[in-house]
Amino acid sequence: MSELDALFAATRAEGRAALVGYLPAGYRTVAESKELLGAMIDGGCDLVEVGVPYSDPVMDGPTIQAAAVTALRNGFRLRDLFDVVASVADRGGRAVVMTYWNPVHRYGVDAFARDLAAAGGLGMITPDLVPDEAGDWFGASKAHGLDRVYLVAPSSSEERLAITTAAGTGFVYATAVMGVTGARERVGARAAELVRRTRAYTELPIGVGLGVRDGTQAAEVAGFADAVIVGSAFVTAAEGGPPAVHALATELAEGVRGTVGAAS
Amino acid sequence: MDERVREPDTQARPDGGRHDDERNEHDPTGHDPTGHDPDGHDPDGRGHFGPYGGRFMPEALIGALDELSAAYDKARLDPEYTNELDRLLRDYAGRPSLLTEAPRFAEHAGGATVLLKREDLNHTGSHKINNVLGQALLTKRMGKTRVIAETGAGQHGVAAATACALLDLDCVVYMGELDTERQALNVARMRLLGAEVIPVNSGSRTLKDAINEALRDWVTNVETTHYLLGSVTGAHPFPMMVRNFHKVIGEESRRQVLERYGRLPDAVAACVGGGSNAIGIFHGFIDDPGVRLVGFEPGGEGLDSGRHGATLTQGSPGTLHGSRSYLLQDEDGQTIEAHSISAGLDYPGVGPEHSWLKDSGRAEYRAVTDAEAMHAFQLLSRTEGIIPAIESAHALAGALTLGNELGPDAIILVNLSGRGDKDVDTAANYFNMLDGEAHE
Repeated sequence: MSELDALFAATRAEGRAALVGYLPAGYRTVAESKELLGAMIDGGCDLVEVGVPYSDPVMDGPTIQAAAVTALRNGFRLRDLFDVVASVADRGGRAVVMTYWNPVHRYGVDAFARDLAAAGGLGMITPDLVPDEAGDWFGASKAHGLDRVYLVAPSSSEERLAITTAAGTGFVYATAVMGVTGARERVGARAAELVRRTRAYTELPIGVGLGVRDGTQAAEVAGFADAVIVGSAFVTAAEGGPPAVHALATELAEGVRGTVGAAS
Repeated sequence: MDERVREPDTQARPDGGRHDDERNEHDPTGHDPTGHDPDGHDPDGRGHFGPYGGRFMPEALIGALDELSAAYDKARLDPEYTNELDRLLRDYAGRPSLLTEAPRFAEHAGGATVLLKREDLNHTGSHKINNVLGQALLTKRMGKTRVIAETGAGQHGVAAATACALLDLDCVVYMGELDTERQALNVARMRLLGAEVIPVNSGSRTLKDAINEALRDWVTNVETTHYLLGSVTGAHPFPMMVRNFHKVIGEESRRQVLERYGRLPDAVAACVGGGSNAIGIFHGFIDDPGVRLVGFEPGGEGLDSGRHGATLTQGSPGTLHGSRSYLLQDEDGQTIEAHSISAGLDYPGVGPEHSWLKDSGRAEYRAVTDAEAMHAFQLLSRTEGIIPAIESAHALAGALTLGNELGPDAIILVNLSGRGDKDVDTAANYFNMLDGEAHE
């Protein structure tokens, strides 16, 4: 059983969804990003996604794009990622990395997995790597004991849902709406429908991301998903420093506890 | 080597490929506008050219790529589709395009025979029309009503806007803000054709960022929208499909050269940004081992300056915009911005099949600086009365070098991929002609 399996077993036992928060490493600086991630953990995030700032983030909306540009301008280097991940573990939190594929490809897939595992990271979310192209990552993740988190989307066919859920471990990342990242007024009925369709293929926990920004939405998503994933809203909150991030995490943590998870 | 790597089919035919084109025996009309390829130059079923290509794309777009693959595979075998595309290429785009000998220009190329494949004479002024007509017809077949496109210099954006006007499709073109300034005339052309042009002010504000923004649009609107990608880049099936739409360039010119000169050229020269015009002309000769295929990349201010777009000669393999290919990147895998006087070549990636042709040795790639390209631009204008696109001027500069290397008996075929009307402002500034004084 991986640490992610244990985490979701625990939140299911509590009858609630897990809260997953995203922030990019190195935003606005490497040191500040450690403080912000610490505030997320202290505020009640069960798991943090440490993002890798990348020059061409085609799945991200303006908020996360701007954060990546800032991190890179402030000198973020890929090796800093492992330092940031280690700081999460030191703080008593759990971390997975979310990254576009080229930085991993360039670093060397096995070396990246090795260094991520050594830093205490639990796995990797790969928004532009589908299982069809993930042979190297499959081997490296097994060799280094990391979970492989793939995305499913409302446009995924039944066949794609089967392939993707069979290839993944840890949890499945369901993108709630068609589109790029960014806080939205409504997460939409399509998220619940996607979770329902995905459950037909897997026992893995299913997290819902893209668009959640407050406790009310978190409670709504927690009603049908095993994890509520919040990204852009945390990046926006980061402008207010650790206190604002802590406050948002607290509100969202109350949200995921406000409704009993539908996982059964 | 990876077991998926196929050796290119370069087995010499007994006749050396120097007689009539046997490969079109199955098609007595001469060519197949979809580029249906029974000789096996297609990638594997998941779009791999050796270790390159594939689909490095969000799951949200995989369904649309599968839909496109299925629609294309069906259409390319459907006479209703191929006849309609053939008709448009002939009666609307003006194919076949001419082959023009350039003797006064050739005096500067070691006296070799220089032949120009006149894609600049196509409707909209470049080779891009071949691809947009094919994809716009496919868009209709898929029942989609909206088209998005990226553009650098505006060649592809204008072509896409044209095809959408013709076929009654909504059209949105993403264009880097820097390029909208460099190519203001083409922005106006697209708007005249009814397209919406959206300047992109993120990143380097050029072609790379226009593609990022188009992908963001596509993932949001994929149910109604086709991404009419303009080069042989991106995720499968784009590199194969766009190549096939442009193979007509190579097939026509091979026939034209044989008819007029009784033999094949010694070398084929083309510019390479994403690489669509190059792959199109190269494929006419890919089974002719005696014909050298030479791609010319933008060397910008010189390879030593770091300000260039010479992806194949200076880059390394990586993933960008959906496929694995050579790429300009730093040691962390962050994309390095490209630089070229030509907005159409100003791109840090390249089509995956070119990476495969480079590694296999079937094609070679060299860099041409801004200064060399602008010299060739002016030379062709003054010796032949043809103002080329600055993109194509890179191939012309390459032909000057090749001619001097190969000597006066050589025949060099150059893909004149576009006309230079859009570049008059850039050239007038470069040569300082606006005050009436030309600088050589």
